[in-house]
Amino acid sequence: MKLSLWTYEGPPHVGAMRVATAMKGLHYVLHAPQGDTYADLLFTMIERRDHRPPVSYTTFQARDLGADTATLFKTTAQDAVARFAPQAIIVGASCTAELIQDDPGGLAATLGLNIPVIPLDLPSYQRKEGFGTDETFLQIVRHLAKPCALSEAMTANLIGPTALGFRHRDDISEVTRLLSDMGIGVNVVAPMGATPSDITRMGAAHFNVLMYPEHAESAARWMQQNLGQPYTKCVPIGVGATRDFLAEVAGITGLPVRADTSRLRLPWWTRSVDSTYLTGKRVFVFGDGTHVAAAVRIAREEMGFTVAGIGCYNREMARPIRVLAQSLGLEAVISDDYLDVEEAIAALQPELILGTQMERHIGKRLGIPCAVISAPVHVQDFPARYAPQMGWEGANVIFDTWVHPLVMGLEDHLLHMFRDDFEFHDAAGASHHGGQHSERAPEPETLVQAMPNADDSNIIWLAPAEKELKKIPFFVRGKARRNTEAYASERGIAAISVETLYEAKAHYARG
Amino acid sequence: MKDLPEIGCSNTPVLKQRGQREVFCGLTGIIWLHRKMQDAFFLVVGSRTCAHLLQSAAGVMIFAQPRFGTAILEEKDLAGLADSQTEIDREVARLLARRPDIKQLFLVGSCPSEVIKLDLAKAAQRLSAQFAPHVRVLNYSGSGIETTFTQGEDACLAAMVPVLPATQDAGLILVGALPDVVEDQALALLAEMGIENVTCLPARRAGEMPAIGPNTRFALVQPFLGDTLDALQKRGARHIPAPFPFGAEGTTLWLRAVADVYGVSDEVFARVTAAPRARAEKAIAAATETLGGKSVFFFPDSQLEIPLARFLTRECGMTAIEVGTPYLHRDLMAQELALLAQGPVLSEGQDVDLQLDRARAARADLTVCGLGLANPLEAEGLATKWAIELVFTPVHFYEQAGDLAGLFARPLRRRALLAPLAPVVEAAE
Repeated sequence: MKLSLWTYEGPPHVGAMRVATAMKGLHYVLHAPQGDTYADLLFTMIERRDHRPPVSYTTFQARDLGADTATLFKTTAQDAVARFAPQAIIVGASCTAELIQDDPGGLAATLGLNIPVIPLDLPSYQRKEGFGTDETFLQIVRHLAKPCALSEAMTANLIGPTALGFRHRDDISEVTRLLSDMGIGVNVVAPMGATPSDITRMGAAHFNVLMYPEHAESAARWMQQNLGQPYTKCVPIGVGATRDFLAEVAGITGLPVRADTSRLRLPWWTRSVDSTYLTGKRVFVFGDGTHVAAAVRIAREEMGFTVAGIGCYNREMARPIRVLAQSLGLEAVISDDYLDVEEAIAALQPELILGTQMERHIGKRLGIPCAVISAPVHVQDFPARYAPQMGWEGANVIFDTWVHPLVMGLEDHLLHMFRDDFEFHDAAGASHHGGQHSERAPEPETLVQAMPNADDSNIIWLAPAEKELKKIPFFVRGKARRNTEAYASERGIAAISVETLYEAKAHYARG
Repeated sequence: MKDLPEIGCSNTPVLKQRGQREVFCGLTGIIWLHRKMQDAFFLVVGSRTCAHLLQSAAGVMIFAQPRFGTAILEEKDLAGLADSQTEIDREVARLLARRPDIKQLFLVGSCPSEVIKLDLAKAAQRLSAQFAPHVRVLNYSGSGIETTFTQGEDACLAAMVPVLPATQDAGLILVGALPDVVEDQALALLAEMGIENVTCLPARRAGEMPAIGPNTRFALVQPFLGDTLDALQKRGARHIPAPFPFGAEGTTLWLRAVADVYGVSDEVFARVTAAPRARAEKAIAAATETLGGKSVFFFPDSQLEIPLARFLTRECGMTAIEVGTPYLHRDLMAQELALLAQGPVLSEGQDVDLQLDRARAARADLTVCGLGLANPLEAEGLATKWAIELVFTPVHFYEQAGDLAGLFARPLRRRALLAPLAPVVEAAE
């Protein structure tokens, strides 16, 4: 047993639901007790979907357990096929049904349905949602995709976008545009928007664009082996990654790179002088492996941040994220326990968190701004406007999104100039965030004579130094305090004076 | 107050269908129970699905250290490689060490723990002995195979009854979790009538739990507490049957039933209730401008449906087309059914696809349903009210009667406001 308070990922059958709900003409018959239908609201509420997810639950109760749950499953499958007339069904069990071992796949096979029946084996007590999406899409492709003649024009399949994905809807448009600029058409987008019959003609594409390895890497591998389709390894999030992606596509297709960057603003926005204040900002990056890797590259190469810590919640991506962390001289936080992540963030005290909704709440508690870069998603992550992460427009969106939680450059400067003005007191915060400052953690109590230090060592703050510390703008004060204490502790200084404070400041100066 | 109909829906046949039930399981009750009992922790022994349900039902990930969690069963627990009882002991010890503020711990059974017949009663007994007197450990099942949504609260309260202290003193217990502000209003009304020694189950803190005995009376403030009713009666306490305190009329009838038992005079009753009752009626009247003459269709959700249909039809001028309830407790609903005028279909349980067919055919002015159905029905042009808000929002007693009516009126008012957009609205993909 493992105690969990909040989870990053749901059970694997929710992953299967994300695939089924993204598709059209596919139905999921799920052997599950009543109550498991809660998962419908994830799609109808968070994503504002206007249709129920295409899922029929058997919703067995205790009294059915002694009777015949197998017949209940068969009836449910038959009714679902009759009512919804799908082109194919996927069948499986949720955690409780897995225990009663009714074998939905075997049962469905006996029904003589005249449509493909795709059984799913999703071990609920070992794996999680990400595995569920990847495995479900693999099984759908394995059962339905067949070798077929390549399309005359150069085409690609876009694979990986699912329901409840982070900006998948808009990433599809952006990647379609990138390919179109190079004269490449889209054969099938899947799972999102695809029907089972679309899946059967996936083999007509010349290659696959693997948009989200979390959800489609197994299918990409299978298609490479069985349909002879290469797939792209570079995920086009960020300017550099998008350029690399186009180069990779050029390598696969033999076409020259052609890109319309007239809409791309990030490079100038990040070079313009207001952005100078972004230099060296310490960021902590956490989310699913793919988005984390992309964000790390953008943070370092395109925003000029310093990456202070990274990690991911999906163990499937642990290896590449660990390697990436090592290359930065960091140790990756690989955990699906948000308390571990909170501890890491609290210890590192970054100036910005790039994380999930979970880290957004951690940031609120710790008074650290946060921009969301990855699932798990929240209703906020489905904006009405066009807001991709991929491609040129994605880079523009990312610049805006990451800068938004911070105090703007010019404003930062004004805060310094007017820091004694009553309106620029500690709690004033960024002018474009009404009330956000109230979420900041309260400053620790101070003593008249000497302030206790942040950790447990014996260093004290002399009153004049403490007064001087208060003059430092609040949003860098915590760091100044820690740096000064670390500096004092390294040098065996027991009492921090104004002198020590400025010596430490000089020592840690970024230049 | 309108004249009471003689039998209303008392003898109306109930439509029972068996199919997919689009309802929450009893674990969902933890969301409001943990807010109510401020020194309690709810430890679900279940699967990742249970944990995911709880955080999805909680809507957002809001609490720093929530007072609920899930001990997630893993492969080795199922394969018998790990002794589940030892595992529970370890997780509980770790939890209580981290949370010394916890005085009551509920081990909550789930679908998987019930199916593998994990004995949580045994665990609760052992842990209670180990952590007494500081922490009391109880168990109940919130599993979907046994409980629907609000039945989780029923199971929780029923589990608390056997360990309530015994007393011979006369007293009144209000049974059912209410928001503190509403509970305080109810207590104040009863105190003004001179009714003494009134306590609540659940109490806000472990040390304040009511004592019970043969001279205890109790009144239910929630309609879904059938098992708790039985458990209280087993302890010798006597039930005060009444309609439920929704709306001005429901609140008055509920208070009257209690007042009658305590011999409160008509004069005192009128003096205490006149002002808040007038306020409630005034507030309801405002919403009735929107609701009057409109029809309503209830999908089953919380067992609040019959009392709410009674409120909407008798006080807000609505017509009920169908009133669905996950479970119909005949005894508890006797007075409510008598008050509900004949006309609506009464349904118990659910085949959601068939019920959706009926809802689409009826095209009620307002359809009350779960979150999984609301947006899809809106996209089909039906106005909906999320049922879950009726459970999470303060809606009981006089001062909330207007808010309760307002919850139903708001979707209709919003629809009217947005009417100019209607021809061009297309639900987004």
